Amino acid sequence: MSTQRNNSKEQPPFSSQRRVGPFGGGHRAGFKGPKVKAKDSRKTLKKLWQYLKRQKKGLIMALALVIAGTVLSLLGPYLIGLGVDTMIGPGRVDLERLGTIALWMLTAHVLSALMGAMQTYVIAGVSHHTVRELRKDLFEKVQMLPVRFFDQSSHGELMSRLTNDIETVSNTLTQSITHVLSSIITVVGALGMMLLLSPILTVISLISVPFGLALTGKIAKGTRKHFLAQQQELGALNGVIEETISGQRVVKAFNHEEKVIGLFEGVNLKLKSAGIKAQIYSGVIPPLMGVVSNISFALVAGAGGWMALKGMISIGIIASFLNYSRHFARPINDIANQFNLIQSAIAGAERVFEVMEEEVEFSQEEGEVPLKDVSGKVVFQDVTFGYQKDLPVLKNISLTAEPGQTIALVGPTGAGKTTIVNLLTRFYDVEKGSITIDGKDIRRIKKESLRKKLGIVLQDAYLFSDTVRENIRFGKLDAADSEVEAAARMANAEQFILRLPQGYDTFLSDEGGNLSQGQRQLLTIARAILANPSILILDEATSSVDTRTEMHIQEAMLSLMKGRTSFVIAHRLSTIRGADLILVINDGEIVEKGTHSELLEAQGFYHQLYHSQFKRGA
Amino acid sequence: MKKLFIYIKPYWKATLAAPLLMLIEVAADLMQPRLMAKIVDMGIATGDVELVIRTGLIMIGMALLGVCGGIGCMIYSSIVAQSFGTDLRLDLFKRTQSFSFASLDKFKTASLITRLTNDVVQVQSLVLMLLRIFVRAPFLAMGGMIMAMMINFQLALILVFAIPILAVALSYVIKKGFPLFSKVQKRLDKVNKVMQENLTGIRVVKAFARSDFENSRFGMANDRLAQINIKASRTVGLVMPLMMLVMNLSIVAVLWFGGIKVNNGSILVGEVMAFINYMGQILSSLMMLGFMLMMASRAKVSADRIIEVLETETDIKDAQDAKDQVITAGRVDFQNVSFQYQGAAGNPVLKNISFTANPGETVAVLGSTGSGKSTLVNLIPRFYDVTVGNILVDGTDVRKIKMENLRASIGMVLQETILFSGTIKENIKWGRDDATDEEIIQAAITAQAHDFIMKLPEGYNAVLGQRGVNLSGGQKQRLAIARALLKKPAILILDDSTSALDLGTESRLQQALKKYLGNTTRFVIAQRISSVLEADKILVLEDGQIAGVGKHEDLVKNCRVYQDIYRSQMGEEAV
Repeated sequence: MSTQRNNSKEQPPFSSQRRVGPFGGGHRAGFKGPKVKAKDSRKTLKKLWQYLKRQKKGLIMALALVIAGTVLSLLGPYLIGLGVDTMIGPGRVDLERLGTIALWMLTAHVLSALMGAMQTYVIAGVSHHTVRELRKDLFEKVQMLPVRFFDQSSHGELMSRLTNDIETVSNTLTQSITHVLSSIITVVGALGMMLLLSPILTVISLISVPFGLALTGKIAKGTRKHFLAQQQELGALNGVIEETISGQRVVKAFNHEEKVIGLFEGVNLKLKSAGIKAQIYSGVIPPLMGVVSNISFALVAGAGGWMALKGMISIGIIASFLNYSRHFARPINDIANQFNLIQSAIAGAERVFEVMEEEVEFSQEEGEVPLKDVSGKVVFQDVTFGYQKDLPVLKNISLTAEPGQTIALVGPTGAGKTTIVNLLTRFYDVEKGSITIDGKDIRRIKKESLRKKLGIVLQDAYLFSDTVRENIRFGKLDAADSEVEAAARMANAEQFILRLPQGYDTFLSDEGGNLSQGQRQLLTIARAILANPSILILDEATSSVDTRTEMHIQEAMLSLMKGRTSFVIAHRLSTIRGADLILVINDGEIVEKGTHSELLEAQGFYHQLYHSQFKRGA
Repeated sequence: MKKLFIYIKPYWKATLAAPLLMLIEVAADLMQPRLMAKIVDMGIATGDVELVIRTGLIMIGMALLGVCGGIGCMIYSSIVAQSFGTDLRLDLFKRTQSFSFASLDKFKTASLITRLTNDVVQVQSLVLMLLRIFVRAPFLAMGGMIMAMMINFQLALILVFAIPILAVALSYVIKKGFPLFSKVQKRLDKVNKVMQENLTGIRVVKAFARSDFENSRFGMANDRLAQINIKASRTVGLVMPLMMLVMNLSIVAVLWFGGIKVNNGSILVGEVMAFINYMGQILSSLMMLGFMLMMASRAKVSADRIIEVLETETDIKDAQDAKDQVITAGRVDFQNVSFQYQGAAGNPVLKNISFTANPGETVAVLGSTGSGKSTLVNLIPRFYDVTVGNILVDGTDVRKIKMENLRASIGMVLQETILFSGTIKENIKWGRDDATDEEIIQAAITAQAHDFIMKLPEGYNAVLGQRGVNLSGGQKQRLAIARALLKKPAILILDDSTSALDLGTESRLQQALKKYLGNTTRFVIAQRISSVLEADKILVLEDGQIAGVGKHEDLVKNCRVYQDIYRSQMGEEAV
């Protein structure tokens, strides 16, 4: 999060000055790899346009204002020329005409400034509204994506798309579009005005521009190479830092401080030399643009002076030219800078749109009916499922849970226990066979209404950064405070909640980091109690707490399970002895079923499993 | 900020050269309008073609000279800035290496990484800016003013009006804009936080069918962000047109008053033209200066964060009379040890702990989460220092032993398994750099890791990490154990580091450890009773105090807490 902070909004949204960042563009300076170019810019731009289009009015207005404002400001140098031409010599200045010209200039500049201000005002609304829509759609999209998508994508990468990439798009929308536009108009406009005033002087004043451009082009190429090298060293250094700082405790335990410092020093020095090269290369461009501009200035003064002597042009034209030539170098430099930004924004937008195009899980809603009152009979019939084709995780699973029964699923890691939960919640859909609740195939039930009838407590007790009360209320949004507290009492959680600094209103930071594992789990149980589900799923709900805490939680869970069909997954067998039915799963198949004592008597897999846990104790 | 400038000192020559060279560029820029005026007023007015051409050539020469200065400044400032950043980063890194665990706890890993990376970059770019723009802009502005005054003092008075207006406009942005942007940052953090929570907690959100609720929660944060963003952009967006207006109106004024003065003969046309150009130079460099000031105040935040790290003194270091003692036996005594984390309120984490671990003994530490088990073993290698009491290793207080010697004799496997990128062999070799291949394999065999390593296509040369093989939790734990074993430590500490092993493997591991490290004192923290059954001594911790010490047979008879744990794991009937 924090790495992304400094290229975000704090950048002042005007940036016509030379960008002097540590690594070239002051904007994207940071420890990130080089931005990948977009694969299909046109497609991405089209999609972005779909969003911008919604702000059509504002956009058109802003564009009109940019054009009008820039054109008006281009009148300035021309009027200066006219003004200078009134000054023929002492006593011979046409003050009346000069006054008119000055008034014209005044008007042009005031109008231009007004339009500039209005333009920023309008474009701020347009771009931020666009980004807001984009963010909103993206978030809603995320909500609709199937669990499969999250299981398969890298977390950090996804997060970076949803935050960094969208920020880049936002920055570009606010800054670059009008900037580039006004730069282009300035260059074209100035060129037009100059040609109008004197084609010959235009050619002369622009002689140095191609040289400058060619030179900068060449340097830019070298810059890119050196930047890439720098980015690589940067990545390497970042890797060292990240690894050694997160592994700092091991470094200390092994007395490896010196060794690590040596390693760091090496990479750091490499970065230094790469950095200097990259910086020098990129830094050369502004002075070069400066010299181009200064040579133009000199050429205009010299050649213009000579032409004036020959009577080909007036002094005023020289004055105009001198000012126009100043208008030239900077916008070109700017466009080049902005171009890089825009490129990385398009690449960012592309990554954002990639997420938008993922298939949602609610796509085939037709034929699905809501689930009403549920008694809680769950039947798995010949269910086969695999996350990847041809790699079944579950094979021909059949089971029946009568209303109110507790079904325990046991088996070694990777046996497929959690997959059963994934199917029952329709996080994934079965391939073969069917799952029914009260006789209805769950694929015919609306996912939302299905999940509302299910209560799930997962191993990783997930809490939001909000108050204790709101975290419990998450189970039933319209619950009254008294209901929340009742649920907490039933979950054995009230005792510790009341000891927190602000009781129920204590704010949980960092996903509940200020609570112990056991306490967090009690809160999620309270949440599930409040939700009042018909069917309960406890997926390794206690495996991350120690056994004594577990006993404490167990009480809460028993009150939660009362009267509900419950599925309990556990690898500690001590927790499931009281189940009505224990299913032993191995390699995706049910290998044994029965009650605890039946299974022990059978002397099979369960017996083995049980004794591997208790052998040396019993 | 001053504290950071000492890092520039070693490069003082380049630091001086850069601004001096920049002055050349500034001087060249300042000469241009003056020379141009000469062409207009002396060349054209008198028809002196030669003068026009000669002056034109001088101007080109000046431009070339200027660019030399500019590039020179750039080269030197790049060198200074990069060297500054490199040195600063190295020092920061060294400092973090000397941090005690308490300091690491205080700063948090993610924040330290940001300080070492982003914050250094921020400050480094400030240095670069200082050497370039901060010299260029004021000198250009001042030089421009002097040149303008030399041309015509009265006309230069226009600046007296223009500059205050510019200053007001700038301070307006800084005053109004800055708080807005920090608000933007806060709201952006909030938006990203909701986003992140929904990514990590997506199963919970889906399981409770709360998408609508989350959508509206996000929508609210998002709207608030857009709102403040628009406000901030609009506020600062006003400044640019305003400044341009001030600049352009000043030019209009120069033109008008210049015309009057040309008429009464107190100024020449070319001088008016030059004046207009100086006006542009002065005002645009002032604007640039303003923006740079804003950037500098941003870098200040980073600088403060860096200084905070640099100023954190290591609270655990070798005492002056620390002994160069080599630990051989591995006897550990806790004498009345109490411990409390710095700045933490409430009860101490450990209270009055006393026990002795004899060489070669296995001491198991048992207790519920939060009872202080990890803290207890972290005190032995001095990851933290005791608050009260003493810990002796081989009869010497650990605070009197050189830390290097102390830690060299302790093999520690932490609760959280941390491996580094590189091959399996490199990771094990971390334990001891000069270990031979046989020793590595021996350690791996003892740690029950050899078999699964050999099953990997590349065996010991398999690369770990994102691009390499992914190991299971239990496999990683075994590698971490092998790494610690390679040290042949006098004291071995396993901090809940066999939790992911199945019982069979764990039992084989314990047998192998006994054989491999016969004389090594072993500390084992465990959750499972089955892991501690064969220990020579079991310490039962409860709320930071010893609730019982002894062998399994004794504890199961006399220690209530132990009985509780036992029952919770073995079930009622087992007792």
